[in-house]
Amino acid sequence: MIISVASGKGGTGKTTVAVNLALALGDCQLLDCDVEEPNAQVFLKADIRAREPATVRVPEIDYQKCDFCGKCRDVCAYHALAVLPGKVLFFPQMCHSCGACEMLCPRKAIRETDRTIGEIETGDREGIRFVQGKLNVGETMAPPLIRQVKSRIEPNSVAILDAPPGTSCPMVTAVRGSDFCILVTEPTPFGMNDLHLAIDTVKKLGIPYGVVVNRAEADDLKTRDYFKSNRIPLLLKIPLDRKIAELYSIGTPFIGPMPEYREKFRALFKTISETVKVSP
Amino acid sequence: MKQILVISGKGGTGKTVLTGALAALAPNKVMADCDVDAANLYLLLNPSIREKHPFQSGASAVIDPALCSRCGQCSAACRFDAVSRDFVVNPIACEGCGLCARVCPAGAVTMKENTAGDWFVSETRYGPFVHAKLGLAEENSGKLVAKVRETAGEIAESKAADYVIIDGPPGIGCPVIASLSGVDLAVIVTEPSLSAIHDAERVMDLAKHFEVPVKLVVNKWDINPAVTEDIQKLCDSRHVPLIGQIPFDRVVVESVLAGEPVTERADGSLKEEFIKIWEAVRS
Amino acid sequence: MKIAITSEGRTLDSAVDPRFGRCGYFLIIDTDTDKVEALQNPGTQQTGGAGIQAGQLMASKGVEVVLTGNMGPNAFQVIQSAGIKVVTGVSGKISEALRAYKDGKLSPAENPSVGSKSGMS
Repeated sequence: MIISVASGKGGTGKTTVAVNLALALGDCQLLDCDVEEPNAQVFLKADIRAREPATVRVPEIDYQKCDFCGKCRDVCAYHALAVLPGKVLFFPQMCHSCGACEMLCPRKAIRETDRTIGEIETGDREGIRFVQGKLNVGETMAPPLIRQVKSRIEPNSVAILDAPPGTSCPMVTAVRGSDFCILVTEPTPFGMNDLHLAIDTVKKLGIPYGVVVNRAEADDLKTRDYFKSNRIPLLLKIPLDRKIAELYSIGTPFIGPMPEYREKFRALFKTISETVKVSP
Repeated sequence: MKQILVISGKGGTGKTVLTGALAALAPNKVMADCDVDAANLYLLLNPSIREKHPFQSGASAVIDPALCSRCGQCSAACRFDAVSRDFVVNPIACEGCGLCARVCPAGAVTMKENTAGDWFVSETRYGPFVHAKLGLAEENSGKLVAKVRETAGEIAESKAADYVIIDGPPGIGCPVIASLSGVDLAVIVTEPSLSAIHDAERVMDLAKHFEVPVKLVVNKWDINPAVTEDIQKLCDSRHVPLIGQIPFDRVVVESVLAGEPVTERADGSLKEEFIKIWEAVRS
Repeated sequence: MKIAITSEGRTLDSAVDPRFGRCGYFLIIDTDTDKVEALQNPGTQQTGGAGIQAGQLMASKGVEVVLTGNMGPNAFQVIQSAGIKVVTGVSGKISEALRAYKDGKLSPAENPSVGSKSGMS
């Protein structure tokens, strides 16, 4: 079962929920798909066992065969190739690795090589198998790296995905294919505005979802009524608590010092499992 | 005319609150929200929309079932897993490369231009404001961000404005790079947590890569004064000026709830701190 | 020798367009014959890679010098690889820019003058 943890707005507590849920479950996988700013490891502190470069396929010109016909430039939808007399220029930041130039070159003068855009690290802690992608600074394209992190998902186990913020391609690439999506928000105008965008996005993707409200005020009936009247499934409220904020600031998952939350996260998982079972 | 961008790496550290304050404090300026994915600045500036424009970007493949012979060449060629087993293109997965249309022997695939979102020019009590809304699940390639910035720059030039105040997106990818390249100053907002510092460092590296000068603000510094001290040390070692420390204050929360820049509501030392930050930004 | 100047209009009285990839027109002036060709820029509405395309257009037209306001890194790379000289920071009327270049008052740029995507509008 794949459970992704996402949010429209950044900084609402995705990583907090993902890491604490993983620790509460024990035997599972945790994959950090926020490859621009991966943070799960700040809290999990897994022993990293392997580091591998993450690469994308990019064209390389064989000048023995190239006759500078310009076909590769014409078929590139991203304008990543320029053809001049005697020279082909390639702009790697614009390439989407679609393979059109390689496939359609009439003289078979293009072959694809690997270009490193980041790194994938794997490790473990307390029965949690950990995978994280790290995009190199200055690289533009997160989705290929996110797909590579997701290719490490083990079949027949519970995989928890920490997704990037927003509702555009990086978030969608991470969340797509999940059995359930936990949306994390905070009860502020910014948080609620972005929660709506995120709900619309997971609905569009056809993924069952539920919401965790982080930094909830104790007497916040308004939020509860609002969720009820809009039929938004509320999974869990994490209170606005100085202790939780302090533990967060030093990178300590709060279920350690606050063991009552272990049960709450297990109950959350149970609710999700039951929802997934009845979903088509 | 100076372009000032507010970024953070990590989301939720207080970019929009600071941008709103700078928008209220800076004289003779234009505002731009480059977080086109989860735009929030409009919630503080209360804009009246004057212009709305659709934003065309890229294309998506569409297969005509009447012409399709189900040969499978399109799905074999597609690197994005966008063609289903019954030969329907999933527009969310399609990246618009057009390879399927080129390899289809039956001519059944056409590329349809994609409306990726809308952008707006608005009036606010603080001056002109350019903002945008990316469509759900659309590619945030930075092109819409570039459009917002360019339009804000043009308005600033035509009105002889002194500043463009830009709210940036989280992360370090395409939209951040499109927001960052060519600005005069990036103000990084962080908070005293290990993850926020980790992300702020990656943004500092990115700004260095694009040769943009940076200054740093710590938000909610008193949540953990010890970590704030570490941030001060980090700034010293990287020669980044730490230009302000905003305390955790209910007034900040109340101003967001009221939908106005924090400086409209804050007084005393909190307001002084924002004024100090603005003075350090402009100098 | 052919000189291309990015222009807002079709004539020598037009203003220099500060953008390269997204300029309105390229005025291509043959200094040997004083013939002027006004070429509408096909890249004005393009969402990406306009500078790269414009650079290739210059090469295919046999241009040897480009006068413009700003040029980004990708376009600059194409122009340099094609062996074309660039002068950035040019403004005013096309005729004035042309005169200044002929008089040796403009010197070629060593580096791109702006970051990526600066001319998007």
